[in-house]
Amino acid sequence: MPGKHISEVVKSIPPSGIRKFFDLVLGMDDIISLGVGEPDFITPWHVREACIYSLEKGLTSYTSNNGLLELRELLSQYISSEYQVGYNPDNELLVTTGVSEATDLAFRAITNPGDEVIIPEPCYVSYVPGVVFSCGKPVRVPTYQEDDFRVTADQIERNITDRTKALVLSYPNNPTGAVMGRKDLEDIADVVNEHDLIVISDEVYDRLTYNGTHTCFASLPGMRDRTILLNGFSKSHAMTGLRIGYAAGDGEIIGAMTKIHQYTMLCAPITAQVGAIEALKNGDGEMRKMVREYDRRRRLIVGGLNKMGLDCFEPKGAFYAFPSIKTTGLTSEEFAGGLLKEEKVAVVPGDVFGECGAGYLRCSYATSREELSEALGRIERFVDSI
Amino acid sequence: MNEILEIIESDPKIGAKEIATLTGSTEAEVASNIKEMERAGIIRKYKTVINWEKAGEEYVYAIIEIKVVLHSRTGYDAIAERLARFDEVRSVRLISGDHDLSLTVRGKSMKEVAFFVAEKIATLEQVQGTVTHFVLRTFKEDGDILFEREQSERLPVSP
Ligand SMILES: Cc1ncc(COP(=O)(O)O)c(C=O)c1O
Repeated sequence: MPGKHISEVVKSIPPSGIRKFFDLVLGMDDIISLGVGEPDFITPWHVREACIYSLEKGLTSYTSNNGLLELRELLSQYISSEYQVGYNPDNELLVTTGVSEATDLAFRAITNPGDEVIIPEPCYVSYVPGVVFSCGKPVRVPTYQEDDFRVTADQIERNITDRTKALVLSYPNNPTGAVMGRKDLEDIADVVNEHDLIVISDEVYDRLTYNGTHTCFASLPGMRDRTILLNGFSKSHAMTGLRIGYAAGDGEIIGAMTKIHQYTMLCAPITAQVGAIEALKNGDGEMRKMVREYDRRRRLIVGGLNKMGLDCFEPKGAFYAFPSIKTTGLTSEEFAGGLLKEEKVAVVPGDVFGECGAGYLRCSYATSREELSEALGRIERFVDSI
Repeated sequence: MNEILEIIESDPKIGAKEIATLTGSTEAEVASNIKEMERAGIIRKYKTVINWEKAGEEYVYAIIEIKVVLHSRTGYDAIAERLARFDEVRSVRLISGDHDLSLTVRGKSMKEVAFFVAEKIATLEQVQGTVTHFVLRTFKEDGDILFEREQSERLPVSP
């Protein structure tokens, strides 16, 4: 029984709720899926072309552990011009295999066994397991629709103990689409300062912010050295499968993350790094075009859901709508399961992203308008049949 | 305004109500904006792209490059406008380089196009010479890709 050899830590993590739903959907035909957490756009051609050319030239080697210098320099310029925070490309930037790797490195670099990490929920599914793999203790803090799914400084303060090491912030948020205002973040910064915390800020959806501007947590006074800023190219430039992201922060922390990265990953794929360079140099126009299209779809889906009586919070970022289905009397799983069976529309039950997501659904609008309209029609039919 | 243009450029059949949903404005506002842009000539017309071959109509296209000798002080305009009047001529452009004008000509057969060029274009006084390139296949037309696009094979459910 090889199973008995598996570590207790790994065993302690329950199977992924996403995975469970994925297995249900797999093997069904003619599904319209609003369950997808990645862009429906294909990586812009100029980026793909740059990758192809680099392969033709034979750029297939390892790069330095922290990534191609040109990429780190461009990242440094980009963050500085976008958010007025300076990072030294030599030792304060690390190119990673997606934000996924960067989150893992961040948790491992700062967590001693038993250290607590505060994680506002609903949130992306990787943070809790990431903390557990690092032998830390995840402390889940629920957020609510009444607060626009924003975690408050007060809530954070109430969950701080003498073991609290860090706080995860992930805005614009997957799955709620919530964003933080500057004032909300400033209040949190005060708490962070007072209790000497580190903030792991996953800002992978920063460019997907609608009617308003994104505030980078590291740009707040005093927060640069306390923040591990994580970002990447998956969402903004439709580059999910290329696996490319980065971490920026204080040199000592980035150094610690690099130590893990050099032994476990060595470096991010060079082809993806070349693509990222091209995206930073020439990708702004296409990125903005994609964001404008997401914004239209956002209005389409949020309007449609509200019209059929599903109370839908207005998402101000990312590409998810998070309607409440509480009035239907069904649980998230019953609703999502029924909708899939009856109307062949896949959505993700909200509680997959944390218990407080119960009674909600995550509907991704990274799907064509035709599909969205068709899906809305089917959802309405399903709601009427309940 | 440009937001509306971007939407109708790729989907001219979309109604003002739908545009209003997508842009977060009112139907009346969108309708009046569109009217205004039509009046100002910003929106010139709403076109349909038809695959005539599928409809059973075979068309042959050719690109004709023309060298012009200017006779009058009217410059290129006179000859270009004259050429533009032929129904067979789908586009007329003044170009730089070896030739002066570039036309796209449409006909029912290669023979028909060849005769048209020989009889109606080459015979014009200002036309010094023509080069005819028959189109074998069109891959992209006016921003529209005409071959099968790559499909991204996304997982149906992902985090
Ligand atoms: C909030 C959040 N962070 C990180 C990721 C993973 O990003 P990457 O593709 O850069 O690993 C995702 C992907 O869904 C996400 O939603």
